Amino acid sequence: MNENFWSEVNRAAGQKITHCYQCGKCTAGCPVAFAMDYKPHQILRLLQLGRGEELLSSRALWVCSSCQTCTTRCPCHIDLARLIDTLRFFSRQAFPQVTRHGMPLFNEVFLRSVKRYGRVYELGLTLQFNLKERKVWRDLDLGHFMLSRRKLRLLPEPVENRKEVAQIFSAEKEEPR
Amino acid sequence: MPRVGVFVCWCGSNIGGVLDCPALARAAATFPGVVYATDYQYMCSDPGQKLIAEAIKEHRLDRVVVAACSPRLHEDTFREVLARAGLNPYLLEMTNLREHCSWVHAGEKELAQAKALSLIRRAVAKALRLTPLHPGRVKITRRCLVIGGGIAGIQAALDVADAGIEVVLVEREPSLGGKMVLLDKTFPTLDCSACISTPKMAAVAKHPLIRLYTYAEVEKVEGSLGNYRVTIRQKARYVDHTKCTGCGTCWEKCPVKVPDELNFRLSTRPAIYLPFPQAVPSKPVIDARHCRQLTKGKCGVCQKVCPAGAIDYTQQDSLHEEEVGAIIVATGFDLFPWEKAYGEYGYGRYPDVITGLAFERLVNASGPTGGRIVRPSDGREPRTVVFVHCVGSRDELKGREYCSRICCMYTAKHAHQVKERLPEAKVYVFYIDIRTFGKGYEEFYRRVQDEGVIYLRGRVSKIYQEGDKLIVKGADTLLGEPVTIAADLVVLATGVVPARGAEELARTLGISTDKDGFFQEAHPKLRPVETHTAGIFLAGACQGPKDIPDTVSQASAAAAKAVGLLLREEIEVSPLVAWVNQALCTGCLHCQVVCPYQAIEVVTEGGRRRARVKEELCQGCGSCTVACRPGAMELKGFSNEQILAEVEALCR
Repeated sequence: MNENFWSEVNRAAGQKITHCYQCGKCTAGCPVAFAMDYKPHQILRLLQLGRGEELLSSRALWVCSSCQTCTTRCPCHIDLARLIDTLRFFSRQAFPQVTRHGMPLFNEVFLRSVKRYGRVYELGLTLQFNLKERKVWRDLDLGHFMLSRRKLRLLPEPVENRKEVAQIFSAEKEEPR
Repeated sequence: MPRVGVFVCWCGSNIGGVLDCPALARAAATFPGVVYATDYQYMCSDPGQKLIAEAIKEHRLDRVVVAACSPRLHEDTFREVLARAGLNPYLLEMTNLREHCSWVHAGEKELAQAKALSLIRRAVAKALRLTPLHPGRVKITRRCLVIGGGIAGIQAALDVADAGIEVVLVEREPSLGGKMVLLDKTFPTLDCSACISTPKMAAVAKHPLIRLYTYAEVEKVEGSLGNYRVTIRQKARYVDHTKCTGCGTCWEKCPVKVPDELNFRLSTRPAIYLPFPQAVPSKPVIDARHCRQLTKGKCGVCQKVCPAGAIDYTQQDSLHEEEVGAIIVATGFDLFPWEKAYGEYGYGRYPDVITGLAFERLVNASGPTGGRIVRPSDGREPRTVVFVHCVGSRDELKGREYCSRICCMYTAKHAHQVKERLPEAKVYVFYIDIRTFGKGYEEFYRRVQDEGVIYLRGRVSKIYQEGDKLIVKGADTLLGEPVTIAADLVVLATGVVPARGAEELARTLGISTDKDGFFQEAHPKLRPVETHTAGIFLAGACQGPKDIPDTVSQASAAAAKAVGLLLREEIEVSPLVAWVNQALCTGCLHCQVVCPYQAIEVVTEGGRRRARVKEELCQGCGSCTVACRPGAMELKGFSNEQILAEVEALCR
């Protein structure tokens, strides 16, 4: 991996990774850093050292909420949010099993729903997600409550031009930005 | 037919690592007019110079081509070699194989070799047409102008004046002193800043050879090396300093109160004021923007109470002309305007987030609080103080790319001062790297840590107000954890930028600035206090961020350079100047319009108008030769014939 991995990520994300001097402003501002196994500045450090395996199997990639606070404040002009996005792509390639649970799985199910209906069909999304995670009864009481308050629709309500939305998906090749 | 010698330099591996220098020499030997060609590792070294001198004698050379580095670096070196060998030094032609070829074409050696040969062919073609030139001589005005009255300007002025040379010192503010006089103590020895700088200010005012202009600015500079004519604008003070005794009655009685910019608005001052008690001169000025008499025409209190009758509301700006031979620029620095850039630190909205210089005023015995460290918002003593490094420095996105050099140390000193005055206070310093390169600096930093100051390695990402606390969100990258601190006072180690107006001054003086707006030195290592414009020198932070020891050293260095120049009776001026072919000149005077040095005059002979070049003013820029329609204007050493021959050789 190492060298190769490093330049590959660099090329894909178009960032000057070597510019980072590890000031930690990204970690300081990150609202979800507390839940990360590797903090944002450590992600960059692993990247600088080309330690791809640890990086791509890290939980942090999927904890990141892409709020872009790190990107906005980085004094070295590094778009970390975009880098993490790129790394997610590499992670899926390297470890296809990551999409079988948790955040990656949710993203997948979410996008599938959008592709199909042009918007999210919440009930279907939740059921599918829970089924795949084998936790069928999770949030059942909450779902029941929301259904009774008509906060959740029973049936999907597709948008008018869902074909157009689907087209976006076919145009978007499986490539990092 | 001239006898040309070609000398190809390897410059170690700089040129030799890319180009085949022996092959270049062999090829050059076949060019028409070349009677000798050779190569050597370091042509500028002593053996290299000897090699040229001996070849000149042995092969009776009368033109020399050196293919090496930029003429900016070594043209003078090789001209001297020619002179020593008995040739006119202007029979030298250099071509730049390093910057123009080997450095930029390292990856394409074959093409580089071909280009190098073309460059040498060009130089030979010009060398064949060189003519001997003789430098003129001008007398020097033995006086020196120093721009800026901070510690750099003060030191330079004193050094020059002590050498027996008259000095004109111009300071923009009402008092000498600059930034240093605002400081409380100086790192790492903790000596009192005012105690060491105010005696020097007084010495300037008393020195018989120093003519001091305060509250004045340099408006225009004409002339050149050795003979500058400087126009100085003395701003209206509305106080006649010849009558004023500095008794202080006026500023005690003045009814106006405005925020004091010297104290970063932490206190107020009257409209007629002395910037600080030790000001030099110790006589007040009226701030015309806030004076009631001057803005509304109603008040006149100071005039009524002045026992000396020194107040004059009708005073106007006045212009003064001074003749000098050299100029030392010492305009210093300003703080990075962080309020405009750092939204995450509150854009200056929170009164308890202050700059390092404002903290310096807070902790200063002559400052607005008499040296008590308190929160500007409510006047309470802070129990938790957070310092943030690198605000505006090392920040490509919002600030400047460079390191401001002084912040690590001044913050360490501030942290020490908090611990000294408020031993119970908790002090945190967020840093990225600690740079303690000076004498005694690292020891000071260790001492501050021993005093209980906690250094956290990480930048601060956000500061916001919650109740009367400031919440500082940073990181400890050594633990790999985010850190949140509830602080009472936050001090930003604000970076250094060139002083306001530096760019205009650069244009007035005709000197260049670097990418960050600091004045450009002639060579970063070997000519650090000179500019590319002969006779203009640099001192202090106007050339780049600097602490006080470095500033003072550089000021003395600049003074030594200026004195070295001014002690000469007369100087040689470059013979590479324009001249007018009188037979072709039509007297249209387009040249006069484009000349940036006012070096063209008109002569009328037999009813015909002609242009003439004042050689002592001409800088050889060549603008006139381009503007001249009949082609009457020629630049010596760059004649039309020579340049066309070069173009032809290059196109072959």
